[in-house]
Parts: sequence; C-alpha cells; structure tokens
Amino acid sequence: MAYRTPRARVSGLGSAKSGTSHWWEQRITSVALVVLTPLFVIPFAYNLGEGYDRALAAYSHPFNAITAIAFIVTAFLHLYQGLQVVIEDYVHHKRTEIFLIIGVRLFCALAALVGVYSVIVIALRA
Amino acid sequence: MADVNRGNRPLSPHATIYRWPLNAILSIMFRATGVAMSLAALLVVWWFLAAATSPGYFATAEAVLTSVLGDIVLTLSLAALWFHFCNGIRHLIWDTGSWFGGGRVHLTGVIAIAAAAALTILTLAIA
Repeated sequence: MAYRTPRARVSGLGSAKSGTSHWWEQRITSVALVVLTPLFVIPFAYNLGEGYDRALAAYSHPFNAITAIAFIVTAFLHLYQGLQVVIEDYVHHKRTEIFLIIGVRLFCALAALVGVYSVIVIALRA
Repeated sequence: MADVNRGNRPLSPHATIYRWPLNAILSIMFRATGVAMSLAALLVVWWFLAAATSPGYFATAEAVLTSVLGDIVLTLSLAALWFHFCNGIRHLIWDTGSWFGGGRVHLTGVIAIAAAAALTILTLAIA
C-alpha cells in the first residue's frame, strides 16, 4: 500500500468511498432473488392459512426448507441494501442518516436470524 | 442548490403540472414497493416463528394473517412483490446497457405491469 500513489489509492472509489461494490452486491442479490422468489412464494402461498400440520409438513421437506432459508437470507440482505440507498438519498442530516442505516441493518439481520432459526426448528421437529 | 435563498421570485410549477411519463411512475413505484414490503417480510418471519413456537401461537398468527386486514395487506404485498420482481428484471436488463432505445422503455414498462398482474392472479389462484 505504501508504494501506491495517492491517485491510485482513490481511483474509482467516488464520493461513496467504496467504489461500485455496494451497487454490485445489490445486483448479486437481485439476480439470486429472480430465482428464489418464485421458489419461495409458490409453496408459501399454497400453504398459508391451511393450519399447523400442513405448515409443518410443507417446511419439513428439505426443498421447501432450504429454499425458504435461502430466500429469507437473500431477501433481508436485499431489503437492507435497498433501504440503505433510500436513506442515503432522502435523509440529509448526517447523524440521523448513520443511525438509521445502523438501525435498519441490525433490524434486518435480526429478522433474518429469527426467520432462519424458525425454519430450521420446523424442519427438524416434524 | 448553491443558491438556497431564492427569495420570492416566481417559479414555474414544473413538478406539479408536468404529466408523469409511465416510466417515471414505475420508477418511484419500484422504490415504494421495495420499502413497503418490509412489513410483509416481517409478517412472513412472524408466521415461521409462530409455527416454530407452538400450535396455539401459530393459530393466532394465521388468524391475523388470514383476517380481512391481513388479506388486504398480504394481497397488496403480493402485487407489490411481483411488480418489484418484473420491474427489477427490467433494471437488470438495463444494467447490461440494453433495451434503452426505440420506445422499448415504455413497452417493457407496459409488459412489466401486465406480467405483474398475471403473476399476482396466478399466485392468488393457488393460495
């Protein structure tokens, strides 16, 4: 690092200081969700409102459980990535912006954790 | 933005009087649906948590989600999801630099709305 010129160290990083990495990570989760969304929504819609036994039977199946976990993790990551951009665009008070981004990030992580834990419990119980 | 104090000079009513092109409406709807789906995401997680907790708690969660209010929220969220899905595919195509010219922005916008409506109806049919 010490041998790089100041110009080389900042090249391509732009005003966000992280280059295009955030944008690129968002494309990755988008592409994943193009596949995962139908795989999750179809069994979920089919089994919603059909009672406890049906829900447990559906999500004790490995395919449904694994796609549900993959969807929950990817969707909450994508939700966080999107909400971060919305906050950066519309919240102009720097301290509020940073607190909101931290809060949204922790909240999305917690929600994803609860979702993944619950699907695993259902899958292993039935 | 540099000159914040613009005084009382009259301003053309640009944003309020201008008829929004379809693509401008879809653009803001893309964001709005993304933010709005936060609620549905939490409701889905709650459904799984309830199923993992006990039959009694699950019955409560399903009663809330299949109530009239729950049906309205989830149906609107489903439509929001499929719109966001279809419009997201448009954006991924644009990200490759394709499909900007020859009226295709408007055309794919119309296709996205139709596809989202069709997917919503199909999903409701299996629900």
